[in-house]
Amino acid sequence: MGPDEIHVSLGLIILNGDKKVIFKSKWLPWVLIAPQAVIILAFFFWPAAQALIQSFQQSDVFGTSVEWNGIENFVSLWRDETYLASFKTTAIFSILVAGLGISLSLILAFFADRITKGAWFYRTLLILPYAVAPVVAGVLWLFLFSPSVGLAAYMLEKVGIQWNSLLNSNHAMTLIVIASVWKQISYNFLFFLAGFQSIPKSLIEAAAIDGASVWKRFWTIQLPLLTPTTFFLLVVNTVYAFFDTFGIVDSTTRGGPGKDTAILVYKVYFDGFKAMDLGGSAAQSVILMAIVICLTVIQFKYVERKVNY
Amino acid sequence: MIERNRWLNLVTHLVLCIGVVVIVFPIYLALVGSTHSAQEMAQSPIPIWFGNEGFTNFKTILMGEGEGVRNQLPVSRMMWVSLVTALCIAFGKISISLLSAFAIVYFQFPFRKTVFWGIFITLMLPVEVRIAPTYKVIADFGMVNSFAGLTIPLIASATATFLFRQFFLTVPDELAEAAKMDGAKPMRFFWDVLIPLSKTSMAALFVIQFIYGWNQYLWPLLMSTEERMYPIVMGIRNMTAGADSQVQWNLAMATAILALLPPALVVVLMQKWFIKGLVDTEK
Repeated sequence: MGPDEIHVSLGLIILNGDKKVIFKSKWLPWVLIAPQAVIILAFFFWPAAQALIQSFQQSDVFGTSVEWNGIENFVSLWRDETYLASFKTTAIFSILVAGLGISLSLILAFFADRITKGAWFYRTLLILPYAVAPVVAGVLWLFLFSPSVGLAAYMLEKVGIQWNSLLNSNHAMTLIVIASVWKQISYNFLFFLAGFQSIPKSLIEAAAIDGASVWKRFWTIQLPLLTPTTFFLLVVNTVYAFFDTFGIVDSTTRGGPGKDTAILVYKVYFDGFKAMDLGGSAAQSVILMAIVICLTVIQFKYVERKVNY
Repeated sequence: MIERNRWLNLVTHLVLCIGVVVIVFPIYLALVGSTHSAQEMAQSPIPIWFGNEGFTNFKTILMGEGEGVRNQLPVSRMMWVSLVTALCIAFGKISISLLSAFAIVYFQFPFRKTVFWGIFITLMLPVEVRIAPTYKVIADFGMVNSFAGLTIPLIASATATFLFRQFFLTVPDELAEAAKMDGAKPMRFFWDVLIPLSKTSMAALFVIQFIYGWNQYLWPLLMSTEERMYPIVMGIRNMTAGADSQVQWNLAMATAILALLPPALVVVLMQKWFIKGLVDTEK
């Protein structure tokens, strides 16, 4: 289960309700709950608790001795320049991915909403990237931007840009941003399109009769009414950029050159499994958990507001 | 459309066409790349129209033998691993969520609210934030390199549980009343009434969860240490891992096409349910 699932659920738990007609059984509900409960306890709560405990411990490489060291792991993260750099990288990356992804899909949805004929055709092609795995998306763009045979790299060379995402960190960042935005456009597009289509046609028609241009109608009617959708997508895209882009980074830049595209999730994986720094990795996990919780709470509050709207 | 404006219609189609071309181009180029020989793909600029080596390339990677592959696991095996994983995750999530939602909606039992919030909290614990300890649990259970290890930890689903709960709440009470009057046991009601009514929600969830399962990467990266348990997304990552000039792009692109074909087909063919599942449930 990924954080990409957050979006669907929050809207659903608001509507609280109880059935008037219920069945009576002392044991049956427990049997029904059991499969989900066992999985959640064993693979969610137990490991999360372990991560929390480990983040306050120091263990040697062989795992033979473990000792408590308070907030030492967090303090050393705070002092670790590569970690702070990773935070900055993640922030820049998320802003670019969310900003570009949302604006481009807003434009596409605006025009797709105007279409009566051929809408199915455009929509089908535009939602294709949703089906493509992040790793595969990364590989497709890696191929386009490969310094030796990539078509995009070749074109850039023609206009005087020596493209090499293996050596130039700006190029590397551009590559992962493009691949990430490409993959997420489908999702944003579908939500914006649904948003546009839920705006009453009478509203737009009335404004048109009053002489408001397409441009003016967009800014004064459609965009304000899409604010909830936009805000929702902002949170979803941030979560996506933070967590679901691991495959894209791992298949294109692998955090390089140096550590210049090592986003937080990539660093947790690398420190925990490649560098075998369990305490440090656990502390990073705890920080990431805090970030997810914050984003979820923000979204939760926002959904409530939308319900009252 | 509100007004007739030829110029605007032109812009509309132009923007959409550009959008579609940019979105589809990487996939198109992968398809083209998969039909050329390694030599043709090693020169710049690479061809942008189809070649004649497609059959050979796909046969090579599917069988795992031929020019350009050395002791590589056949991609057909990887696709099998991906398929089993995706189907188990999709059906697993749907089944256990249906059961949990049924219990939460149609029964009163102690700690009902606690159970509900327990499921909710899993949303805040994505695998990315508990990588190492979750791996340890799996290792202790001896589930590394097994389909059980690849799927079971991922089939808990707050999303699906809430979706079904929400749906069950809208099912008229009269149905349950009638079932009780007829003396039907709870499970009978579940099978004969709720399941048939939930078909649309199940289809919508199936699309989303199948794609989710097929595209898993970080989890198999930890879970599959032996090549025979590699899903195809891991396979393609390994094929492009070498130095830029040594990558067999024709074979890598053929693998990419095979990796994106099943989920793409599911999305396109089940588009109606997919969009419903994605957008409608959010409202």
